[in-house]
This record gives sequence, C-alpha cells and structure tokens, in this order.
Amino acid sequence: MSTQTESPDTPLVAMRGITKAYPGCLANDAVDLTLHAGKIHALLGENGAGKSTLVKVLYGLLQADEGHIEWQGEAVNITSPARARELGIALVFQHFSLFDSLSVLENISLGMAVPANRALEEKIVEVSNRYGLPLDPNRQVYTLSVGERQRIEIVRCLLQSPKLLIMDEPTSVLTPQEVNDLFVTLRRLSDEGVAILYISHKLNEIKSLCSEATILRGGKRVATAIPENESTHSLAALMMGSEVVVPARETRHASDKVMLQLSQLSYATTEQHGIPLKDVNLQVHAGEIVGIAGVAGNGQDELMQVLAGEVRLKNPLQLLLEGVDAGSLSPSERRMRGLCCVPEERLGHAAVPSMSLADNAFLTAHYRTGLLTGGLVSQGKTRRFTEQIISKFNVQCNGPASLAASLSGGNLQKFIVGREIEQQPSVFVVSQPTWGVDAGAASAIHQSLQAMANAGTAVLIVSQDIDELMLISDRIAALCAGSLSELYATQGMSVQNLGLLMGGAAIQKEAIA
Amino acid sequence: MITLQPRAEPSKLMGFAAPLIALVVTLLAGLVLFALLGVPVGKAFYAFFIEPVSSVYGLSELGVKAAPLIMIAVALSIGYRANVWNIGAEGQLILGGICGGAVALYFYEVEAWYVLPLMITAGMLGGMFWAAIPAFLRTRFNANEILVSLMLTYIAALLLSMLVHGPLRDPDGYNFPESRLFHAAATLPVILEGTRLHIGALVALLLAVGVWVLLSRTLLGFALKVNGSAPRAGLYAGFTQNRLIWFSLLFCGAAAGCAGLFEVAGPIGQLLPNISPGYGFTAIIVAFLGRLHPIGIIFAGLVMALSYLGGESAQISLNLPVAVTGVFQGMLLFFLLAADVLINYRIVWRAKGARV
Repeated sequence: MSTQTESPDTPLVAMRGITKAYPGCLANDAVDLTLHAGKIHALLGENGAGKSTLVKVLYGLLQADEGHIEWQGEAVNITSPARARELGIALVFQHFSLFDSLSVLENISLGMAVPANRALEEKIVEVSNRYGLPLDPNRQVYTLSVGERQRIEIVRCLLQSPKLLIMDEPTSVLTPQEVNDLFVTLRRLSDEGVAILYISHKLNEIKSLCSEATILRGGKRVATAIPENESTHSLAALMMGSEVVVPARETRHASDKVMLQLSQLSYATTEQHGIPLKDVNLQVHAGEIVGIAGVAGNGQDELMQVLAGEVRLKNPLQLLLEGVDAGSLSPSERRMRGLCCVPEERLGHAAVPSMSLADNAFLTAHYRTGLLTGGLVSQGKTRRFTEQIISKFNVQCNGPASLAASLSGGNLQKFIVGREIEQQPSVFVVSQPTWGVDAGAASAIHQSLQAMANAGTAVLIVSQDIDELMLISDRIAALCAGSLSELYATQGMSVQNLGLLMGGAAIQKEAIA
Repeated sequence: MITLQPRAEPSKLMGFAAPLIALVVTLLAGLVLFALLGVPVGKAFYAFFIEPVSSVYGLSELGVKAAPLIMIAVALSIGYRANVWNIGAEGQLILGGICGGAVALYFYEVEAWYVLPLMITAGMLGGMFWAAIPAFLRTRFNANEILVSLMLTYIAALLLSMLVHGPLRDPDGYNFPESRLFHAAATLPVILEGTRLHIGALVALLLAVGVWVLLSRTLLGFALKVNGSAPRAGLYAGFTQNRLIWFSLLFCGAAAGCAGLFEVAGPIGQLLPNISPGYGFTAIIVAFLGRLHPIGIIFAGLVMALSYLGGESAQISLNLPVAVTGVFQGMLLFFLLAADVLINYRIVWRAKGARV
C-alpha cells in the first residue's frame, strides 16, 4: 500500500463532469461524485437514473464521453476493470458474473487471477466467516441460490482488500440480522479507511448506514444530501422527482374459503444441493395475501417447483386447490384449475429471452384466455392480449414484437406479473415480485397484487424482501431449511421477530413446547 | 484494425444475408480451387453450375436430388428448433429403404394398387423404429442422441449390406449384391414423362408447407420452439420435454424413412448396398443453410442438389474426382457458420488505439 502523502481532505475519488451518451439517451449528464476514504456514500436513483452507467465508468467498464476521474488527487484514466482493480476499486455487481459449472473456489480464483489452491480456500473460509457470509468453497455455483451467489461476489471483493468498495443493492437477499451483520462489516471496513459507494433504493438503510448521498434522476445529479438530516420521504421525493405513492396498508377481510392448502407436504429434491421440504403446512384463503419470508436457498426454489407443478408430488393430497387434490397435476392442468405461478428467474424461466412479448404472453396465457382456437395460435388475439398487458401495466417497450431480452428487468417483471394477473387466477403464487425492480415499478406491482386480493384471489408471495412482505401481506411465515414456520398476522409482527423466524428460531420454540 | 462489436439485437437482415454471403464466398473459393487444380475457371464454372440445369432433364434431376434433401431437412429442422440433435437421418433413411424395399420384394408377384402404400407405410415405420432407439435412450437414460443416432447410421448401412448380400439378393442375379428390380406396381409414379422426377418432389413441397404451419401456428410447434430456446420456461409452461423429444425424432424418422423408400422405389428401383449419396448428412447442411425455416430449406435443398449434379458433371467433363461434391458442401457449411457471426456481431473498422 502506498503511503498517503496528500492532505486528509483530498478525496479518494473525484468524478467530475462525467457525461456518457448512448444512442438516443443521455445516461449521465455532467455528473459529479466525490468519495472520501473512510466514508460510506450512498448513490440513490431509480432504474434508468444513470447509477449503473456512472459505476461502470468508475470501474472502467465504460469510457466517459466527457469529464475525468481523479484518484487521490491525480487524474487517472481507468481504461479497464483490471486497471480499476489495480487502483484498489472492487465492485459487487447486482447481476452476478459467475460460471455456473464451476465451484465457488474456482470462480473466485478466476475473478482474481490467482490459482485455486488450498491457501485461497482457507482465505475464503476465513473472510466469509469474519464477515458472516457462510460459503462452502467447493459447492458448484449452479446449485446455489441468488442470495448465496451474491455472497461469492462480496467475498471475492473483500479478498482483494480494496480501497474503494462499490456495492450494488447488496442487502436485498439478507435477513435483518444478516443486514445488521453486513452493516457492522461495512462500518468496520469504513473505519479501516475503506471508502464505500453504496447503491440502494432502501432509504432506511441509507439513513442508518451512509454519511453522504448523491441522488441521480434522469442522468443528472439532482442533489447531494446528508441522509441523517433528511427524512425517508424527502429522499424518496428527491429520487423520484415527485412524492412517492406508497400503497397504504390495507386491511382486508379474507373469506373462510381455503383456496390453496399444503398439508404435511414433504418433497425431497433430486438436485445435488437442493433443500428438501419438510412437513410444510399452509392455508391461503380467498382474498388474502400470505407472505413467505426467508433467506435464499432455504427451500424457496423447491416450494415454487412443487406449487407450479414443475415437479409432481407422490401424494396428491398434500396440495389441495379449493379442497380438491392437485399435487399430481401438470402445470397446464393447474392453470386450468386457476393456479398461476411466477418463478423467481425472469429470463429463461418465466419468459423466453429470444422470443417476442406476444409469444411470451401466449406461453402461459393460452390455457385460460382462448388464445388457441381450433388448435391454431390466434395471432390477432395474442397481439391484442399482449397490447392489453403492455398498456395496463405500463410496460416500456416497442410493442408486442419486441424481444423479452430487450426489456429492462423491471419492465419485464411488470409484463410477466401482468400476464398472470390478466389470466384472472383464483390462486396466484409469485416469487420475488420486485427483485431488481425500481421503486416506481415495485409500487405498481404491489398495488396490482393488493387489487387482486381485494377482488378475491388468494395471493401467495415468496420473497426475500422483508419490507415488501411487511408492507403488503396479511399473514406471514418464514421458510428456513425447508421447514415453514407457523403463520402470523403481519400486523403486530416486528421485523426482529420475523428475523428470528427466518433463522428458524420459532421451530426451536415449538420443540421446547 | 477490424473488430467485432456485439449487436444490441440479432440482425434479421443478416439472418437472410448470411446464407447468400456463404454461397458467394463458396463460389469464389471454389473457383480459386479450380484455378489451382489447373482447370480453366470459366469452363469449370459452366460445368458445375450451368450445365446441370441447362436442360429440362437436368432440372428434373435437380428435383430428384432435392426431394429427399428437403424432406429430411424440413423434418430435422423441427428437432433442431427443439434442441434435439438427430444426426442419424441417414440411418433412418436406409432403414426406410430396407423395410419398404422388403415389402416390395415380398409382394414381388402381386401387381396391385395397395403395394406402394404398404411400402410407404413400411418405410416410414422403419425410419421411425430407427429413430425411436435414440429417443428411448435419451428420454429413459439421458443418453446423448447425437452419438446414438450417428452410430446407428453405420449399423443401418451394414444391415443393408448384409441383407442385399444375403436374404434379399436377387436369386437370378449371378450373386451380385443387389435385389430384384421392383415391378411397376412397386415403383413411384413419374410426374414428368421421360424423366425420373417422381411424386417425392410434391411430397417434399407439401411437407415443407405442413411443417411451416406446424411451427408457426400450432401449440406443438410453439412448444418445440420454447423448449429449444429455454427448456426451463417450457417446463414452467407445462410442455413435456420427453414428449417433444419423442415427437421430433419420430417425425424425422418417418420423413427420412419415407425419403429412403422413395429412393429405392423411385430413381433406383431396387435395393443396392448403397442407396443414398449421404442425403441424411447433407440434409443437416440444408437445414441450417435454410435457417431451419421450411421455405428457406426448399431453396437450400435446391442449392445442395445442384452441388451433387455439378459434382457429377465436373467428373464427366473435367475429370475431377467425385470428392469435389463433398468439398463444395463442406465449404458451404464452413462459410455459413462463419457468416452467421454477423447475425450477432457487426464488423467495425477502427484506427488503432482509438477509444472503445
């Protein structure tokens, strides 16, 4: 490490007048950003505000059209990520760049260009233990959940002892306790003199963690604020440009009619590192929203597969739809019976990336909406149905013919959720409805989920976003190691208690009682 | 400096243009090859590309060669869209020839209308049986269908050879390894008097149109495409992978078997140790040259048929070896794969050291 000869006021990084244009869009318009060693700086903004572009310029993935970057007071030209790492910049991506077929150890070794040997393995274990990020270096990445994959990225960065750590929405997959642990880690890192650029839309987190915030909107820096002195509402207003519409907690009166029932559901997956489901019991009534919290990799994937019918149950009575056994039905038969599901992974699972939106609408909607007439695909009806989803759910795209892969994550999610809602299911199961979606779109999705429940649909949300579940679900439970806790009314449930449930604490209580 | 820059979206234009670029480059490379062999370029060009199609008979021969290519390639394209890689259409073709031909020989004494339909049915069933083996092994044991179907091709060829050397050999044939000539009732009707152009050409066109409708308008076609590009999405939507694998392979087996029967009941008229100049393999190139689209495949089939005729013509008039056909087909596939890069990338000319 070089000895710092500059005055303590010299910023670690100063980005000045960064401008970056894409064809048809000015992603960054003369943006300034100053980061100091030992400070945690928030970068706030909606999707499309230019956060990613700015970060990519800083990390050498993109070159700015105008403006320059100073590193410890000297102008530098960050031409590549390798150059950025040389300077001491580490980035935890929101979307992970991992090789599925390799192990955790091999992925980290590739990312750092060091051999995958015993020493690296020990370092990984040490760092992951120190920062509360449990990770088995020898697991194959394809067997890991989204949350576990993110841990690899974080550990990979921490191994490089960076001077500047950039974190892109890091907490969306952690329990409150784990978030606290991470914050302890981040604060410790910042005390050690590391500058942290923290990108998030969770205003509470930013208020509690960050000492400065830069707010972007439409490619421009609209404000630099001290989060402590702002309310979450004023921060949100700065970010969105107008007062945010946060759906108010609604009290619903669920009917007594049980639409979806899981009883003593056990399912052992054939996947190598899959989580077996153990005696899961759950009832979802018409007109209520039930939330299932839990850290990634605790059986969510298996539960979704079982619900969607991607795997069948040996005992069909373990899954009842409106009181009738449905555990052995195929996905199409379940749809006909009114059960629509949205899996977590948008591209490649909920939608076919290389196909048009119209084709993707047809994909699941043809069972319930008559898009198939006389055995033939009705192209006119499919197009009209697609246009209906696009306009109703405000999907930004170039019409029904645009490819699913060409949409931004938030827009595609709106489209997928819209596609299922438009089929008017009687039971709606959705995993991670707002993962990686900007605040505006998330709010729109939450409103439509609530509208569905009000109209009498039984809604089940499997999510790792606790704020989301606390906001819109009527009853809540947590999944831990394949076991589902009891259901509790969300009102009166504290985040701390929910965190305990997510850690499996309630199960111990039951065992004692 | 030339660099390849990823495109934001795959270029539709290049999807159409790539086969044409490949054709032109193949042509140029072929002419260079002829020049290096010391053959006058103009004469070679004429012999290879013009002479074969300069008469009605030549054109009819083009149809004769193109028919099996189109039939098989159209059927293969279904599987290729669904990520089912049947490489053994040649073997399925041979089995079709064997089974249909055996029926013709069994009814050797019978001159009746039903003989030909029976032969066609037997040919299709034979091809389906041969394709059912990789389908079963893939769906039951997850065995790779590329290897299984390819290896079965060699077994099929040896089976045919064994049969025409033994049980199916012409009893009055002086021990030549060939069967009796089929009777009129066991041979395909000719569409154009004085040529060998048989109803197989019409069947190929009908099949192409049928598959076009299947792929673009039916739920089955949609399911095949979804499973090809995103298998998990197919599972989620409730399309059964194994059923689609069975369908792709059996459909192709039937088409290839039928094409094989058309060969033995059409241009050949008997069973020989060798009934196909590699139609089943060439059809793979045809399928990709035609962009896995039935209409594209019709054109691609005609181009590849020309490579067979041109090769024959070049043998006769220029004394070039028969391998010239294979060289042209290989070059075409090679250049096509290269040109396909342009669908997802654009070529950018850039001064050295410029900013990215």
